[in-house]
Amino acid sequence: MYAQQVETGTKAMKSLAEMGPEERAFQEKIDAEIKIEPKNWMPDNYRKTLIRQISQHAHSEIVGMLPEGNWVTRAPTLKRKLQLMAKIQDEAGHGLYLYSAMETLGADRDEEIEKLHSGRAKYSSIFNYPTLNWADMGAVGWLVDGAAIVNQVPLQRTSYGPYSRAMIRVCKEESFHQRQGYEILLHMMRHGTQAQKDMVQDAINRLWWPSLMMFGPSDAESPNSAQSMAWKIKRHTNDELRQRFIDQTIPQLELLGCTVPDPDLKWNEERGHYDFGEIQWEEFYEVLKGNGPCNRERLETRRNAIQDGAWVREAAVAHANKKQKQQAAA
Amino acid sequence: MSEWTLFEVFIRSKHGLNHKHVGSVHAADAEMAIENARDLYTRRNEGVSIWVVPSASITATASDEKEPLFDPSEDKVYRHASFYELPDEVGHM
Repeated sequence: MYAQQVETGTKAMKSLAEMGPEERAFQEKIDAEIKIEPKNWMPDNYRKTLIRQISQHAHSEIVGMLPEGNWVTRAPTLKRKLQLMAKIQDEAGHGLYLYSAMETLGADRDEEIEKLHSGRAKYSSIFNYPTLNWADMGAVGWLVDGAAIVNQVPLQRTSYGPYSRAMIRVCKEESFHQRQGYEILLHMMRHGTQAQKDMVQDAINRLWWPSLMMFGPSDAESPNSAQSMAWKIKRHTNDELRQRFIDQTIPQLELLGCTVPDPDLKWNEERGHYDFGEIQWEEFYEVLKGNGPCNRERLETRRNAIQDGAWVREAAVAHANKKQKQQAAA
Repeated sequence: MSEWTLFEVFIRSKHGLNHKHVGSVHAADAEMAIENARDLYTRRNEGVSIWVVPSASITATASDEKEPLFDPSEDKVYRHASFYELPDEVGHM
């Protein structure tokens, strides 16, 4: 998931009878699938949780440009370079749609970005892994964007109107990302040298488990899920979405002629799902704490980008002021 | 970026349709807001025309005004064509 472990501030869930009239009316609207809009009354914790969730989601899109940016100057052909740049530009766009939705809740964009840069806000753990070979661009598109789609499709029906509308735009664009990623891998597997085929398998070996971790801890370890689901800012549990992703991905993996690094993966006829091995959650929590392979580098790149761009923003304001004065004088 | 203004963005998707609100952008001035909106909201031929308006210039109804503003139209069924029953011989009207 692009937002992992979002704190809801809820200790015990309230029943409708325990709520005051405003909160009851609010919850009844949500139960009836009526969207909550920016000016509507909402509980403080709903607003705060959404700001945390949407900003985390936005930060993930923005930081998510960095592992791919690593390959813009190294793309094997001009065609692949153009595709990669278009995808990275989309990620920037997705971040901006989401910051825009977040601002409708009264949050300040600069403040939230400052929280990211000072390490107080989270972003998806997946972007703290390095992209070491060209096949990683394929595997990121196929697996990481694939996992993001599984997470984002249900969020199109989330209860908060601006978030839902941002998700609809994002989902329209994501399928290009996944298809271009899978096509990179398919091309390498069908037309590549042995060394290139080995790169594909190597990329999958490294990114498989981190992709499964994107959905967040298992349901038993997700104390905030129940409240988020009652508010319909989360529509399925982490485990449900993870299973859905695995079930749809394994046939695609087989078509590539590759394997995943999980000896326990096998089809379970009785359940109608794939069984899979245990996820190493210690690694997930370490990455979330800031100790993944690239956490420091990612945040440093973001901070430098903001600092190095300061003069551009100042110049734009000076230029706008000058034009305004000239117009007033004319 | 806080010194930049927040603009709401409206896009006309095809000739003949109304401009529709799509989201917002930050920009130093209106001209830059149009450029940013172009890059953000029309990467795939989504628009033929863009409006930007400083968010602070928009006056909107408040949520607690919903009933006094919109309830009066609820009991005026005679404003709808389906209220008037005509014999079949009249055909489509």
